[in-house]
Amino acid sequence: MRSSWLSTHLAAVRALLVLTVLLGLVYPLAVLAVGRLPGLRERADGSLLHRPDGSVAGSSLVGQSFTDADGKPLLRYFQTRPSAAGDGYDPTATSASNLGPEDVVDTLPDPKAAPGSDEAEGRQSLLTQVCARSAEVGATEGVDGARPFCTRDGVGAVLVVVRTEGLTGPATTVVSVNQACPEQPFLATYEGVRVSCAIPGDDYSHGVVTPVRDAGRTSAAAPVVPSDAVTASGSGLDPDVSPAYAQLQVPRVARERGVDPDQVEQLVAAHTSGRALGFLGEPVVDVVTLNADLDTRFPRRG
Amino acid sequence: MSTGLMSTPLAGTTLVAALVLLLVLVHRPLGAHLHRVATSERDLGVERFVYRLVGVDARAEQSWAAYARSVLAFSAVSVLLLYALLRAQAVLPLSLGFGGVEPSQAWNTAISFVTNTNWQSYSGESTMGHLAQMAGLAVQNFVSAAVGIAVAFALIRGLARASSATLGNFWVDLVRVSLRVLLPLAFVAALVLLATGVVQNLSSGVDATTLAGGTQHLTGGPVASQEAIKELGTNGGGFYNANSAHPFENPSGVSNAFEIFLILVIPFSLPRVFGLMTGDTGQGRAIALTMAVLALAGVALANLALAQAGGTVPGAVGAATEGVETRFGISQSATFAAATTLTSTGAVNSFHDSFPAAGGGVVLLNMMLGEVAPGGVGSGLYGLLVLAVITVFVAGLMVGRTPEYVGKKIGGREIKFASLYFLVTPALVLVGTAAAMALPSARASMLNSGPHGLSEVLYAYTSAANNNGSAFAGLSANTTWYNTTLGLAMAFGRFVPVVLVLGLAGSLAAQGRAATTAGTLPTRGPLFVGMLLAVTVVLVALTYLPALALGPLAEALS
Repeated sequence: MRSSWLSTHLAAVRALLVLTVLLGLVYPLAVLAVGRLPGLRERADGSLLHRPDGSVAGSSLVGQSFTDADGKPLLRYFQTRPSAAGDGYDPTATSASNLGPEDVVDTLPDPKAAPGSDEAEGRQSLLTQVCARSAEVGATEGVDGARPFCTRDGVGAVLVVVRTEGLTGPATTVVSVNQACPEQPFLATYEGVRVSCAIPGDDYSHGVVTPVRDAGRTSAAAPVVPSDAVTASGSGLDPDVSPAYAQLQVPRVARERGVDPDQVEQLVAAHTSGRALGFLGEPVVDVVTLNADLDTRFPRRG
Repeated sequence: MSTGLMSTPLAGTTLVAALVLLLVLVHRPLGAHLHRVATSERDLGVERFVYRLVGVDARAEQSWAAYARSVLAFSAVSVLLLYALLRAQAVLPLSLGFGGVEPSQAWNTAISFVTNTNWQSYSGESTMGHLAQMAGLAVQNFVSAAVGIAVAFALIRGLARASSATLGNFWVDLVRVSLRVLLPLAFVAALVLLATGVVQNLSSGVDATTLAGGTQHLTGGPVASQEAIKELGTNGGGFYNANSAHPFENPSGVSNAFEIFLILVIPFSLPRVFGLMTGDTGQGRAIALTMAVLALAGVALANLALAQAGGTVPGAVGAATEGVETRFGISQSATFAAATTLTSTGAVNSFHDSFPAAGGGVVLLNMMLGEVAPGGVGSGLYGLLVLAVITVFVAGLMVGRTPEYVGKKIGGREIKFASLYFLVTPALVLVGTAAAMALPSARASMLNSGPHGLSEVLYAYTSAANNNGSAFAGLSANTTWYNTTLGLAMAFGRFVPVVLVLGLAGSLAAQGRAATTAGTLPTRGPLFVGMLLAVTVVLVALTYLPALALGPLAEALS
């Protein structure tokens, strides 16, 4: 019995080693060898974009940030989507935000907390991130950045309603939890109760979290800023935006580069790809190759 | 390339229809090939060479106990060697300067890949060098898939043979499935992926100066070879942290559709092997049909939930685009999410944690079905065959006849194996989740609070015990508690059912074949498919409804 136990495990070790050589070395190296063939080679190496001097400007498959050192958008470039990869578009830290659909309450920065602590830094909820991005894109492109569940100044429109019986009964206290005092709450009263601003560091978990849909909007029309402009991608490296978001950016880029919007529009069309075979994937605009092309054709004057 | 004339739902529906058509076309030839692999008397030259090196007699058959011991020995050795490789990474070539993996993380990762789970508590691009990926993780992608298929072969032999003391030879099944099935298919698939833009190099990366003047370190790696077997073997462990959302793993709508096809192709072909080996392809068709109905329901529900974009943040955004890549869009991300959770793959092209609550609930439910629609390679088939055994037993009780399945009597011994099999995973999921919720340190790992936080933990244990490996990635699972307990859940969730299945197979093989009489319940028609569906769904509903009600259901209804 003992020797059979041992011989089975020794056979297992030998089997694993043989299979490791075949499947773990021969196989990937064979694929590697085929990938050196002309035509496949530049894809196998990462679809790199080279400048005329040979230096690498990125990959046509991997998105980049088009912002200055302070994270402000560089207006002469089409902007990519928000990114949760490191400080943005970092291939060594690919990630989604992983924040859930009901992540709507911010942790407000607490001036009384120890500097540098989590409480002093605060944390924006996913909802406030979406609202803030929408307001920012709206301002950048000169359009209305309003969205449902967002205040006019770009935070999540969320009330905490304290009721007499916990979940039910009349409201006694109503706080706009994402608006730190002395900000003016987005709503004056709720169910007849005056809405107050939130005091950082206070615990509002005993109330009912109540997002308000029509908080900051003048009309019920669909938001002007497209959905991909306000949400982070899965990889944090998405090189594409929707044709709608590219269209929104055309006038601003044309103005910044001092060219006719039609010319920019034509370039956008050239970098738009539809669905392969008519149904695979979504129509997209590759922002990285589009911006590279813009730099070549319409270098900014002065 | 044509421009997008179709609407997103129409394009998404066309993709599902195209996948169904492709699988209908491919499952017969691939099923026939798998059948030859399982039954052929001839060894290839390279196989004879391998058997000589390993020192096994390819013609010697094994009892169920000997087969199980070989599976366990091979898996134990695999865990140890993978653990050693990960720990020793710093001194091995192609490490990219990464140090050895931490002990609890190395244990978790070794178990994870050996059990075909591929749960990842590490981030590929900042933890694993190329050698660890190629010779460690990708090798387990192959052989853990081969082990699953081998066990399925053994169960089919148990059903197909009469008065037999043996179930085949594990070493032969392992080597043949690896070399005759997975290796050639993965090679072709890797070349297709290369052509779509998936990278394959041994570079430590390229430093780019971006257009805006910043720096960007573009990572390299043997990705195409690993991506192919990751999907084909229903493994799911991403080369990079972002998994199949990463443009270097999944660059386009074409690669995305191809990867979904790779995930589904072997699980949907295996019922054909069951039909061919039992000499009645109708039996295999009934099993495949059951899988297909459940799978289509899962795909449709995931698509509906994501298209609806219910909840506050999706309502503010106007669409469920958080965690979704522009090039795939909502529908083809939902279909990928359904495929990966219906099989035991766990690769993701979009991030389930950010889905509308109903969408998160659907992918969780898909895994809770026990990964049988169509399930992981091999494990999906043996899981559904065990449910078929339970179904004929339930039907037999209703009409008062001795239950039979493909000519085998289902007696007390068989039903004990089958019901124990079904109890293992829910016990691991519910006890694991409850224990984690009882510990303040384990609760602190939740990124989101309230019902969504519970969903994160429930998802983690469901994913581990069902050997899926996808995550509600908001949970910070790289802690000693989660690395250890999720490792245990993966190990028990894989090997206890495997031993029970082999026990069941041994007991079935030993029987003679009962003659079909007028009183035998036919197990190939729509009536049986309907009953099997009902048993599967009712068992799952009764087991998990309370936990689901506290997590995704509470969130969706609040």
